[in-house]
Formats: sequence, structure tokens, C-alpha cells
Amino acid sequence: MAALLDVRNLSLATAGARLIHDLSFAIAPGERFGLIGESGSGKSLTALAATGLLPRAIAAEGRITLAGTEVIGAPERRLAGLRGAAVATVFQEPLTALNPLMPLGRQIAGPVRRRLRREGRTPTRAAVAEEVRALLDQVRLPEPERLLDAYPHEVSGGQRQRVAIAMALACRPQLLIADEPTTALDVTTQAEIVALIRALVAEQNIALLFISHDLPVVGQLTERVMVIRHGRAVETGPAAEVLSRPREAYTQDLVAAARRFDKALEGRG
Amino acid sequence: MTAQEPEARRLPRARRRAPAHWLGLVLVGVIVAAGLVSFVWTPYALSDMAGGRLAPPSAAHWAGTDRLGRDVFTQLMIGARIALVVGCGAVAIGGAIGIAVGVLAAFATRFADDALAAVFDILIAFPTLLIAMLVVAAREEASLGTAILALGIGLSPIVGRVTRILTKRVLSKDYITAARVSGTGWPAIVLWHILPNIAPFLGVNLALQFGLAVMAEASLSYLGLGTPPPNASWGRMLQEAQGTVYTAPWGALLPGLALFSLVIGVNLLADALRDRFDPAGRDS
Ligand SMILES: Nc1ncnc2c1ncn2[C@@H]1O[C@H](COP(=O)(O)OP(=O)(O)OP(=O)(O)O)[C@@H](O)[C@H]1O
Ligand SMILES: [Mg+2]
Repeated sequence: MAALLDVRNLSLATAGARLIHDLSFAIAPGERFGLIGESGSGKSLTALAATGLLPRAIAAEGRITLAGTEVIGAPERRLAGLRGAAVATVFQEPLTALNPLMPLGRQIAGPVRRRLRREGRTPTRAAVAEEVRALLDQVRLPEPERLLDAYPHEVSGGQRQRVAIAMALACRPQLLIADEPTTALDVTTQAEIVALIRALVAEQNIALLFISHDLPVVGQLTERVMVIRHGRAVETGPAAEVLSRPREAYTQDLVAAARRFDKALEGRG
Repeated sequence: MTAQEPEARRLPRARRRAPAHWLGLVLVGVIVAAGLVSFVWTPYALSDMAGGRLAPPSAAHWAGTDRLGRDVFTQLMIGARIALVVGCGAVAIGGAIGIAVGVLAAFATRFADDALAAVFDILIAFPTLLIAMLVVAAREEASLGTAILALGIGLSPIVGRVTRILTKRVLSKDYITAARVSGTGWPAIVLWHILPNIAPFLGVNLALQFGLAVMAEASLSYLGLGTPPPNASWGRMLQEAQGTVYTAPWGALLPGLALFSLVIGVNLLADALRDRFDPAGRDS
């Protein structure tokens, strides 16, 4: 089967520096793929490149094919058609990823309306409201009545991230990009959000590009991973293998550090 | 981040400022009321000169009379109407041009953006009043409409520059990327995400511009380039009272006070509106 997202020899550079060097990976429909790397290694840039949303100052080379469409160099109009239908994103910081001045219900309604139109249905008030309700239910948000009219600053971080996930799901994308969606949350909430994402992508057969530097989380969620450092691929392979028997020295360090961290936590608990 | 400021800290700030906000409402309210009432009733007709020259305030003439014997209170009421029309008109014109060009600049290619930013800076270097005077000179005839148009054009680069900066700040936010990545078109992004999020700050700036416009109109009138007589703009009243400021100080004091009250009041009110319509309670 053809890959849903195919990144070939991707290089990204600003006028002064190369940020990504010759990166290649592919994600099959329904596959869950993890991108691991330390801060500044280029994970977010890679995800932005996949959706054609790189900042102007960054030039891309290589090929990116998303749902059969060439992304690099594509006109904005073709990309706009692809976004939402082929891909949606959940970001790290749910507070800044939501419009601070719009009630949550209306924020979810936006992508719902667009999808209904895309599917050739009329986005009537009732149809949109019904879909929004269903989405709130899917992401297990309590008190939908209150949440619909609440502003982002009026709900908790975990609830905000659930709203952001609902907005991404509202698009019914083939690929969900989650860029460190749990980093800004406390440990308990992290576990809930990870469980939610895992259940939702499995239920709806959505492919997942999960970005994180949290190895245990990536291990729980994904089937295949790629480790990058300073914009270069270090190691790629099945998640279980890379995370339990890493071959490269850098990955071994990461895994050892994660184990030490876990031990330290257990020692305290 | 201030956006995370808990509710408990936010409320006292709004409450602390409440008296100032009420003062703004009262000042603007009184002036708007005076302006509206002037359409249906004034103590005397504007051209009524029967009052005796430079009479001090009395029961018959609450604010005295000017050197032609016209009722000053009547002129103040008509002046309120003119000031409000000038302020609103100029801000509407300057705001429309400035916001449109400012948003465009923020979206434009690097080159066009730099060029527009430079144009804003150059135009801002000329005082609004000077630009307005040039526009009046070009139209060759002083009238209320010309003054409003001139002041609107004069204000537009300031609004444009602020809009451009505010828009750029919003454009760098994740929720814009999130909206784009889910396929939202540019018109919807401008309408639903950018304009609402720049509005609280832009509103305060537009209130400042309102004050500037009203004062600039007074200056234009003072120079004889604003509202032509017999219409009594506060600026014209100031100009006409300047020769008699020692003998009949009320003629200059009262329009000056009215001008000052309107400018302060509008600013306080804009501050109040920002606090009210910015649910996250962010400080600028
Ligand atoms: N707009 C930009 N212009 C220039 N350089 C940029 C830009 N955005 C990011 N970079 C640089 O690209 C590199 C990779 O950034 P990126 O945001 O992809 O890192 P990341 O792996 O997502 O890190 P984190 O885990 O902290 O989110 C960084 O060194 C960063 O400084
Ligand atoms: Mg990142």
C-alpha cells in the first residue's frame, strides 16, 4: 500500500544554517509513528514541513508526499484543500493553540463546518451542534453545557488539550500529527491524554505522527519510531526494538537516561 | 504568561479601575447627550446676538456670551456635536484605511511588508495636523467633511503601524497555525482570529486617535481650516476667545475644558471596554 506521508531526503535551511539534513521516513495509512529527539532537534519543523506550513524564512529541499499530493512547492490553494482532509495537528501548549477570545464550542464548530461542506453536506446549525456534542463525548469532556460557552482560560490544561484534540478529530483527518501534546500537562493528565489519543486513532483508523522526547510515552503509543538529533536521523525501527535494544550510542544514552529517571521516581514513591 | 493570570488576580484589577471607568462613561455620556439634544433644542439660536457682549455666566446665559453677544452654552452644545462627528468620522476613515493596510502588510511578502512599514514610519514622522492641512489645501475649501476626511487620512498611518505589529504578533500564535493546519482559509482567519484578538489593543489606540482627531480639528479650526462659521466647533470658540481671555475667561476656559473632558473620557472608556471584552484579562 502506498504511504500516506512519504518524506524523502528532506533538508531544511535558513539563510544561515541547515536545520534538517537529508531526512527520510514514511507513514502508512493507520500506522502509528513516533519522532523522538531532544529540544531543538527539528521535530516541529519536520511536522510543519509535512503540512506545508514552514515559516517563509526556511527553505525546503527534497520531496514530501501527503495523501498522494506533492507538498513542497505546491500552491497554497492545493495545500489548503489537503489540510484538514489529509492531516490535522495537536500542539504542545493547548493554551496558545486555542483562540483566547472565542468560546470553545465555536472553536470546535469551525472545523466541523468545513468538514461537512467538504463532504457535500449542508452545515446547518443543528447538524454542526450535533457533531460538536459527539466530539466532546468522544474526547470524554464532562459538562459539555458549560464547556461550549467557556473560554480557554476558564478550563483546565487537560480539558483544553481535549478540546484541541476534538478540533483535530473534527476534520476527520487521515493523519493526526501530535507535537508533544502532553509536555505541558501534569503526569496524571498526561497518561489520560495518551490513553485518549491511542483509543481514538485505533477507533477511527487514523495514522499518527507522534512527536515527543518522552520515550515511555512513545513506546506506549507507536509501532515504529525514528530518533533524530541536530536534524539528522540517528536510528529508525520498530518501537519495541529501538526502545529496548537501541543500536546507536545516542539512543542508548536516551534510553538509559529514561530508565534512570523512572528508577528515581520509583525510589521516591 | 499573563494570559494564565488566575481569575482571583484579575478581578481586583478591573475593580480597582472601576471608578475611572465610570468617570469615563459620565464624561462621554454628558457630551454625547449635549450633542444629541443640540439637534432638537439649544437655549438660543446659534446666530442669536441679543445677549449683550461678553456677559458673564448668569441665569439667562449659563456660560455667558461671546464678544458678538452669542450664547456660549449654545455654542458648546453645537461644538459637542461637531467634536463627536469629527472624532467618529476621522476614526472610522483612519481606522478603515489603517486596519486594511496594516493587516495586508502583516500578510504581505517580506519586501512589500518592509516597504509598507517604511511608508508608515515616514508618514508618522509628519504630524497628523500637517497631513490634514495638506489635504484641506488640496481640496481647496474648508468644510466639516473635508476636515474629517483630512484627519482620517492623517491618522491612518498610525493605525496602520499599530495594526501591522499587532497582527504579526497574533500571526505567530499556535492557534493560527492550528487553524491553518485544519484548512481554515485566510478570510476566516482574519475575521475570526486576527480581528478579535487585536481589537482590545487596537480599541485603546483608536480611542487615542479619537482624542487626537478632536484636538486636531480644534487646531484646524483655530487656524481657520476647519469647520467654517457660523458653526461653533470648540477649536473655533477657542480661537475667537483668545483676544478676550482676560476680560471674559469663560469663553476660552469652557471649550478647553469640554475638549479635555471628551479626550480623557474616551480614553477611560476605551480602557473599560478593553477590560470587559478581553475575557482572558491580559494586560498589554
Ligand atoms: N522560524 C525559524 N527560523 C529559524 N530557525 C528556526 C525557526 N524555527 C525553528 N528554528 C530552529 O530550528 C531548530 C529546530 O526547531 P524545532 O522547533 O523543530 O525543534 P523541536 O525539535 O521541535 O524542539 P522542541 O522539543 O523544543 O519543541 C531549532 O534550532 C530552532 O532554533
Ligand atoms: Mg517542537
